[in-house]
Amino acid sequence: MRKTILFLLGILALSSFCAGCGKKDSPDILTILNYGKYIEPEVLDMFEEETGIKVEYEEYITPENMYTKYKAGAIDYDLICTSDYMIEKLIKEDEALELNFGNIPLARHLDQTYFDFCKSFDPDNQYTLPYFFGTVGILYNKKMVDESKVDSWDILWDQSYSGKIIMADSVRDSFMVAEKRLGYSLNTTDDDKLREAQNLLIEQKPLVYSYLVDEAQDEMIAENAAMAVVYSGEAGLALEYNENLAFSVPKEGSNMWIDAWFMPKSAKHTENAEKFLNFLCREDIAYLNFDYVYYATPNIQVKDSLDTELQENTTIFPPKEILDNCEVLKPLDDETTMRYNLYWKEIKSAD
Amino acid sequence: MRNLKRQLLAGPYILWMAGFIVLPTLVILYYGFTTTSGNFSLLNVTSIAFSVHLKALVLSLKLALSCTVICLVLSYPLAMILNSMKSKSQGLIVFIFILPMWMNFMLRILAWRLLLSNNGVINSLLGALSLPGLDILNTPKAVVFCMVYDFLPFMVLPIYNAMARIQPDIIEAAKDLGAGNITIFFKIIVPLTMSGVISGIIMVFVPALTSFAISDLLGGGKVLLIGNVIEQAFMQEYNWNLGSGLSVVLMVFVIASMALMNSHGDEGGGTFA
Amino acid sequence: MMKKSIERIYLFVIFLFLYLPILVLIVLSFNDSKAKVVWGGFTLRWYRELLANSAIMEAFYTTIFVSLASALIATILGTLASLGIDAMRGRGKAIMLGATNIPLLNADIVTGISMMLLFVRFTRLGLNTVLIAHITFNIPYIILNVLPKLKQRSRTTYEAALDLGATPLYAFFKITWPQILPGVLSGFLMAMTMSLDDFSVTYFTKGAGINTLSTMIYTEMRKGIRPEMYALSTILFIIALILLLFMNFRPAARKERRNP
Repeated sequence: MRKTILFLLGILALSSFCAGCGKKDSPDILTILNYGKYIEPEVLDMFEEETGIKVEYEEYITPENMYTKYKAGAIDYDLICTSDYMIEKLIKEDEALELNFGNIPLARHLDQTYFDFCKSFDPDNQYTLPYFFGTVGILYNKKMVDESKVDSWDILWDQSYSGKIIMADSVRDSFMVAEKRLGYSLNTTDDDKLREAQNLLIEQKPLVYSYLVDEAQDEMIAENAAMAVVYSGEAGLALEYNENLAFSVPKEGSNMWIDAWFMPKSAKHTENAEKFLNFLCREDIAYLNFDYVYYATPNIQVKDSLDTELQENTTIFPPKEILDNCEVLKPLDDETTMRYNLYWKEIKSAD
Repeated sequence: MRNLKRQLLAGPYILWMAGFIVLPTLVILYYGFTTTSGNFSLLNVTSIAFSVHLKALVLSLKLALSCTVICLVLSYPLAMILNSMKSKSQGLIVFIFILPMWMNFMLRILAWRLLLSNNGVINSLLGALSLPGLDILNTPKAVVFCMVYDFLPFMVLPIYNAMARIQPDIIEAAKDLGAGNITIFFKIIVPLTMSGVISGIIMVFVPALTSFAISDLLGGGKVLLIGNVIEQAFMQEYNWNLGSGLSVVLMVFVIASMALMNSHGDEGGGTFA
Repeated sequence: MMKKSIERIYLFVIFLFLYLPILVLIVLSFNDSKAKVVWGGFTLRWYRELLANSAIMEAFYTTIFVSLASALIATILGTLASLGIDAMRGRGKAIMLGATNIPLLNADIVTGISMMLLFVRFTRLGLNTVLIAHITFNIPYIILNVLPKLKQRSRTTYEAALDLGATPLYAFFKITWPQILPGVLSGFLMAMTMSLDDFSVTYFTKGAGINTLSTMIYTEMRKGIRPEMYALSTILFIIALILLLFMNFRPAARKERRNP
């Protein structure tokens, strides 16, 4: 017995040594909070090697998760990447620091169009640096779906696809679909309109195979469902694995989203943060990230370096006329947010 | 005197408990009974009466109960079979049931997702045998199925341990006195394994009642349990007061059902040893 | 005969039920495709890439460290506590047992958040906060395993040893300790397993840049698990298999020798 215990102690000592190594507390650190799997891991290593700055990297799943984690104040983040409406919420709460673009000269590689899009949540382009963008649409299987009808959200209420529809498992995205189908804004705060959208979603529930977010991609590749409401980037990736799949952004309009970087108030290493942002704009780095994430990048140099087939891939790079038909999500006031949440729970628990 | 000294051995643990169990519980109680601005309020706790929350609670109770019953029905004969194979060491049995837990539980649930999906392995096999497909994914059935999968060891082990403790002499004596197998089972084996059954029920029912990950992953977002509501309150809605309030209610529920169970048995004797 | 084969079939079905998902994960670790639903042929690529992936390897070391260290410390605290509780009577004992059960009764997420709220006030989150949290939810498993063994043991031998002039410490190690050892060991094993499998508590109490395998898997869940993860899980499973076999058969073999 004693031997077993000694053996375990040995492992313990060894692993504590290993856990300790590489964690030396250097003063030059940078704490980053980002979506899961949203950066090529090698990029972090390269940044550490080139600058000697140690990166502490954290991941989260939904913008709301991020907000909880950030607001708890347990960790002083230097840099956060998240989505449009969440950034706007934080800017309004005075939680963002101004970026000094003088320290991010390579930002000139980013297409001005997307800085203009960012103005919807950051009016003077003071706080944010766009990272990736895209739309929301229907990923469908050509063998199982009547292609003439996928240009409208109506198809998601078509009885003949009962049990073959995957909806988005997020409050705002699901409500967006119903609101757009009804011809309302996806930022509506009108209670009657919300109720109307809710009823539509409850009516749809029996047809829904499941509510998923990014996992929808796997289900579609495996042909477990006929269509799914997904982000354009996910669709682009799914198309690579199954040639029966296609993507469409319905004519009623949809959501356009931009994920961007900003420095929160908790930032202690602002210079390092700006160095990192500049690094992200460098062509080789931006290419690595594009290749890993496979979402539309605002980096002109990267886009120009791609082969034409990829450049003209409208699933990954939504054309301008589609983007013009799309709306960006806005943060809602607390009361409306609570109503959205309650209505969403009612949908989820409906029979 | 000697006894008092021995009681002092629990000292470090009492300090630890005060700091890391009692204090955090007080924090939850504080949040549960206040509003965002810090005023006293019962609203978070009483919001369990909202139809959405009540529905989620009832569904959770239903699923947790079915899971517990299925686990019990599967485990009792299993424990008897294992017990009859005297040759193997007791440690090995425990080991067989604990080993799967060394693979991360989220990965294991994902694996079930793959197995159960429309075009998954199980359905392909059934299809090849021209049997009807198993269409339970994204329904409460799948959630119960996976709960049983996850919590079965917590039912088997305590029952098995209680059974292994029964002295063979007792059964021999009963046989000598003319008792039949059925009498032995109901008069000796069942009463003597009761403590194991009760700790098994508690160890399965409680986590099943509070779980949220399984319904998230296998319910296809269509099964809203009270655990999901609490998780959403904390993680999605940034409403810690509501989350805490509902947790307090859930805690009361759990403690009440524990007390009910414990009044029928002793203090959970021998869960795993 | 009939009964025996039914028993066999029943055992087989249950074990299939328990180990089928694990088989799936092991198969996936050899799948040469990034999408888990497509079989792209056999490969060892993910095992090679795993070793080169410093982020995953670091999470692996952290996981092993946290589960071993927390189980060990919890075992020490929990065994001492069991001895103390065993000596208590009446209300004191009831209160102790009740409080011990709290971490088992709470939803994980509540335990995690309440601890985070507490930690944030006093210290920076880091590896030590994860460790404290894990020790806390591990201790009940130790107590639940050791206490019954203490209740079953024969007190007379211990008292006889004291009457014969043994010091309490000596008598404890010579008499009580061997009797409760199986409980201590299975408690340790349980604690380690629980710690290894935990996600919610770790997620809220960890500091920046610290990852365990669970938290890493969780953030990847939405966008698809990196196949290296399956490879690592397979390795971990095999290690556990070997370690547990080793722990199980050694003492058993010796016991048999002692009483022929």
